[in-house]
Amino acid sequence: MARKIIVDPVTRIEGHLKIEVEVDGGKVVEARSTGTLWRGWEIILQGRDPRDASQIAQRICGVCPIAHGTASVKCLDDAFGVKPPTNGRLIRNLIFGSNFIQSHLLHFFHLTALDYVKGPEVAPFVPRYEGKDFYRLDQATNAEAVRRYLQALEMRNKAHQMLAIFGGHMPHTAGIVVGGATEIPTVDKVTSFLWRLRELQEFVDQVYLPTVYLVASAYKDYLGVGAGCKNFLSYGVFDLDDEGSQKLFPAGVCINGQPMPFDPAKIAEDVKYSWYKDETSGLHPSNGATVPDARKSNGYTWLKAPRYEGKPLEVGPLARVWMANPILSKHANAFLGLSPEKEVRFRDLGEAAFSVLGRHAARAEECSVIAHAMEKWLSELKIDERSSVTVKVPQEAKGMGLTDAPRGALGHWISIKGGKIANYQAVVPTTWNAGPRDDHGNLGPMEQALMGTQVSDPDNPIELVRVVRSFDPCLACAIHLIDGRAERQAIRVL
Amino acid sequence: MELSRRQFLKLCGGSAIALGVSDALLAQLVFALEKAVKGSPAVIWLQGSSCTGCSVSLLNTVHPSIKEVLLKIISLRFHPNVMAASGDLAIKAIEETAKAADFYLVVEGSIATKEDGLYNVIGERNERGITMVDWMRELGKSAAGVLAFGTCSAFGGIPAAKPNPTGAMGVKDFFAKEKIKTPVINVSGCPPHPDWMVGTLAHLLSYGMPKLDSDGRPVLFYGKNIHENCPFRGYYEEKKFAKYFGAEGCRYELGCKGPFAYSDCWSRRWNNGVNWCVQNAICLGCVESGFPDALAPMYVNE
Repeated sequence: MARKIIVDPVTRIEGHLKIEVEVDGGKVVEARSTGTLWRGWEIILQGRDPRDASQIAQRICGVCPIAHGTASVKCLDDAFGVKPPTNGRLIRNLIFGSNFIQSHLLHFFHLTALDYVKGPEVAPFVPRYEGKDFYRLDQATNAEAVRRYLQALEMRNKAHQMLAIFGGHMPHTAGIVVGGATEIPTVDKVTSFLWRLRELQEFVDQVYLPTVYLVASAYKDYLGVGAGCKNFLSYGVFDLDDEGSQKLFPAGVCINGQPMPFDPAKIAEDVKYSWYKDETSGLHPSNGATVPDARKSNGYTWLKAPRYEGKPLEVGPLARVWMANPILSKHANAFLGLSPEKEVRFRDLGEAAFSVLGRHAARAEECSVIAHAMEKWLSELKIDERSSVTVKVPQEAKGMGLTDAPRGALGHWISIKGGKIANYQAVVPTTWNAGPRDDHGNLGPMEQALMGTQVSDPDNPIELVRVVRSFDPCLACAIHLIDGRAERQAIRVL
Repeated sequence: MELSRRQFLKLCGGSAIALGVSDALLAQLVFALEKAVKGSPAVIWLQGSSCTGCSVSLLNTVHPSIKEVLLKIISLRFHPNVMAASGDLAIKAIEETAKAADFYLVVEGSIATKEDGLYNVIGERNERGITMVDWMRELGKSAAGVLAFGTCSAFGGIPAAKPNPTGAMGVKDFFAKEKIKTPVINVSGCPPHPDWMVGTLAHLLSYGMPKLDSDGRPVLFYGKNIHENCPFRGYYEEKKFAKYFGAEGCRYELGCKGPFAYSDCWSRRWNNGVNWCVQNAICLGCVESGFPDALAPMYVNE
């Protein structure tokens, strides 16, 4: 007989998430993901000075404020018709890169690792899910992993310190604005940034990557768990030229393993299983309507179901790295039992890439790529030259800002009327990943990843949270944004 | 709580200078602290309408390090981002802590009060969601004290900005509405500096309630005006104003809200002292009760 398992709250993620599954014969046969907090950010943005959007939008999420800040300033640049100078582009990249490193270290060591590693025997590390074979590292390896957990706390802190050299303050940076960045680079700032960056590169290459593969080698079965939809989307991230035509991670879509060019017009959002009126289903976000229908009996979440040509797409490190297909670190060679000389690319992992471990490996590998690219950007800074252009608020304008957050494809849209924000919209990574079924009943990517997962003990469903956390969900982002133009409505969350 | 003398001195460094506390007095405080504190107090950390930024800022504490905060200073029984447990096991950790002992409640984020609190649900009992409003009624009454970390929790913050779609409010306003008498300390900021959070905790545990200003914030950290103490103040007196970001001069004409904001950012600086908002760009006045509406627009002083 099927048994229902509810995990609420799912902790060690950002925000408020509930997971509900049905298990039959030890396997997940039904899966639903539900977000449980709504703040109405887009409504709050309406009527404000457009320049304030980049500060307010950052505060959607304290883990990835730079992602929202970046999407927002790109959106404002577009609406204002301005192009940041080279220093502005580079400083934005350096600030964003610092936050990627911080976010990925935090995710692996502090949000995820406790699903595989036993922490110290004190709160907040106990209680924890307990069961046979849950924590497989031998005592010495586990102790070393805990030491690295603590070391990573210091390193992620350093990444924020590095960020603040150009960002002023973190979380929530003062340093990126429409028209560029605020700091004018000086030799002392560049030097002070560089030494921290070198230390972080070393940590990523010599501690983060090997720890991911160390854990992976004890949990190889997780190369076959949590496949998801195997379709990917990235808006691309880190501009390599001032026109934004080249990016470190390119934009793209990948359906059934086949890369193809990205066309934003092919996105639509379904709401049959969300608490919104059925007649608003299937619209493009730029003309989307959001009319809550809280008592809709088949609704189960505040997230919509974004689809691309009707297909669910996974976003995030796995999507970016599958499409960019970089050469992997030597730690990957060792994990795969290949000689260090052999050139292994991410797609060489084949089907095993579509998995819980595939996501963790992609995240760590891209973290190294970014950390090394940052050194080049730092060297390209033009010392003592301005990083911003002076801007003037337009009376009427529209803008779009697309980027990739650490967690995946992130888009902001603005409409300005009378010099004020008339409308502000965002479609965020976790909506793609953790959204519900679409109108045709196709499950969202995270729901698909949960399907078929073996659950050994319904009271300690560690397998479920391992799958969910591999996506690095960020619910503050996903839920606060979906309800753009809604008036206050009676709602029902559960 | 095991906060070493050296750590405590570093923690208090900026504010001691700001307040003119002599080194001798400071040493007395530290010895008292070391003597007074035994065992780690239980802390339940709830996130309401929050962005997790205050928690991330706490992770940025340097002296003491977050490792020491977690392992030695407090016993963090519930924290949504840090704790090992999920689901019912996590909810049980709240319930058992609340039953068993004196505990401090940290609140991050505001409380969404409209629609019976259904805008924010944290966990469930018998498949019924428990709202943040429910938790605040339950734990707010039984806590030894509440630390309202961040401007959302202290004053409502951005979720309560107009038109305040969810009826968001800070802890003090919520307690006034519900007639809950538990003492509350506001540690505002978007986010608050880690020293303000750890320092307030240290004060509370060792010396009891710190002296608070009219907004319920420790005078120790929020006692002085940013503009009056700003290193760029000389430019203001000379009427030399920066015309673009990064230019020499006072930042007032770029929209700096330093004249309306009270905190020690100007001496403490951020992220291990590498920078701070006014040096980098402008002050948004994020520590103030009127943030963001009363201080809008951000990049203009009208």
